[in-house]
Amino acid sequence: MRSPFFATPPATTMPDAAAYALRLGDDALVLSHRLAEWVAHAPELEEDVALANISLDLLGQARALLAYAGAVEGAGRDEDALAYLRDDRAFTNMQLVELPRGDFGLTIARQLLFSTYQRMLYARLAASSDETLAGIAAKAEKEVAYHVDHATQWTLRLGEGTAGSHARMRAGLVAVWPYADELFEADPLTDRLAAEGVGVDPSCLRGEWDAAVDGVLREATLERPEVRPAAGGGRRGLHTEHLGHLLAEMQSLHRAHPGVTW
Amino acid sequence: MLQLEFDERVAADDRVEPRDWMPDAYRSTLIRQIAQHAHSEIIGMQPEGNWITRAPSLKRKAILIAKVQDEAGHGLYLYSAAETLGVDRDELVELLLAGRQKYSSIFNYPTLTWADIGAIGWLVDGAAITNQVPLCRCSYGPYARAMVRICKEESFHQRQGFEILYTLGHGTPGQKAMAQDAVDRWWWPSLMMFGPPDAASTHTGQSTAWKIKRFGNDELRQRFVDMTVPQADALGLALPDDGIAWNAERGHYDFTEPDYAELTAVIEGNGPCNAERIAVRRAAHEDGAWVREAAAAYAAKRAGREAA
Repeated sequence: MRSPFFATPPATTMPDAAAYALRLGDDALVLSHRLAEWVAHAPELEEDVALANISLDLLGQARALLAYAGAVEGAGRDEDALAYLRDDRAFTNMQLVELPRGDFGLTIARQLLFSTYQRMLYARLAASSDETLAGIAAKAEKEVAYHVDHATQWTLRLGEGTAGSHARMRAGLVAVWPYADELFEADPLTDRLAAEGVGVDPSCLRGEWDAAVDGVLREATLERPEVRPAAGGGRRGLHTEHLGHLLAEMQSLHRAHPGVTW
Repeated sequence: MLQLEFDERVAADDRVEPRDWMPDAYRSTLIRQIAQHAHSEIIGMQPEGNWITRAPSLKRKAILIAKVQDEAGHGLYLYSAAETLGVDRDELVELLLAGRQKYSSIFNYPTLTWADIGAIGWLVDGAAITNQVPLCRCSYGPYARAMVRICKEESFHQRQGFEILYTLGHGTPGQKAMAQDAVDRWWWPSLMMFGPPDAASTHTGQSTAWKIKRFGNDELRQRFVDMTVPQADALGLALPDDGIAWNAERGHYDFTEPDYAELTAVIEGNGPCNAERIAVRRAAHEDGAWVREAAAAYAAKRAGREAA
């Protein structure tokens, strides 16, 4: 028998569109949280503003996607029930977004990888036959275009700036690169939804993503690191040890007062 | 001659602009005040930022991130306003980190519960607005104009704080107790935000003559109390002062003065969080130095390439 870390996923109990919206919503929710950790601690005031802005965009996307997942599921769970009352094994975000914020080099490396992917994903999802997903994606794609620009501009500055910043940007890329493959993993859910014209097959984004990211790295005098891919599994609820701590913090107050209005 | 023109301009309620002649003491008073105000916005991000990662709903989380982001924005405008007086932001930040310029002592108190986020919005931002609205008419143009936008945003902040407390105050007994506890802790420090009584204030006289300051500390404190007492009733929360009573003869609420010895102690560095607030700011500044250096080096390389 294979261990559960490598087994195929159990069938989700949610309708496909709900499970899919939840995945994308969890990615946005968790990365928003990591970026919000920078607020009041950024390298300069302009970055406090910028990182807060990106965090807010992602949080807005997460709220729309989680609310939609709850509505499609039809079990009475709203955005807060989904964000605050699920345990880590029920979160379906990719592992890349849950890694600790690290230094500014890691944060920018992750933003470059994720925003580039997310923009390509949303651009295609805007043509979804599911009108709600299409609407959310079309609005979000415009926001993420700025996130890509922010990450690109900083990658250039850190890559080309000083020897020290080059080394730290490189270390950031080494830390996040093992988690890049997971961005493009298709599975039975995305296969079904892509066939129906509802969702996007993430594996078809890889070529365009490689070209875009390689282009930025080249201009920044950086190289793609040679690292082994991580085990992955975020879409199946298998996470790094970091997500549990993030959720313990995020959910503590909400769970201490069950059922109340905030 | 120049002094005369300046005096006439101030007397006529005209604005003094960056290129106008101004007395050295006017310039240095403004630099001190605007810098202190900017530093307060930046340090003030910490006590509220403390609850971003634990905000109890996604809507509250979004509002809180946006609010703390506004404060960073206020800091930016204010540093820019100070720069029109011939200092630069880096210099001012160094003075803050060296403890040679102050920030509002209110931010040396800790945010212990979620309700503190409501109390800061309602009381601390409410007191700040009371202090700041008159600054929109201050004699120095760039400061006055910055304050117009800041006051609009602060007014939104105050309403969201009120709304947090209203929701808690009308919630479960546990939520209501959390709200009352926060109001009990933040009331006195909020009253202290208006500074010492006028009789003991070192800056009030000259600043009033220059029309930087329009009202005395005591008058503004009274205005804040008069505004806040009916709002506390609407919240269903008590202010922790048995001395609050309507005085028909004065047309104001009577209230107990805060302990100004505590204010002095906190200003002198002995508040609950003084050391921590500066340590956190210093750490962010030092940890970010390599990023700022990289941006500067990149800009220089680019400029060199374009020149070549």
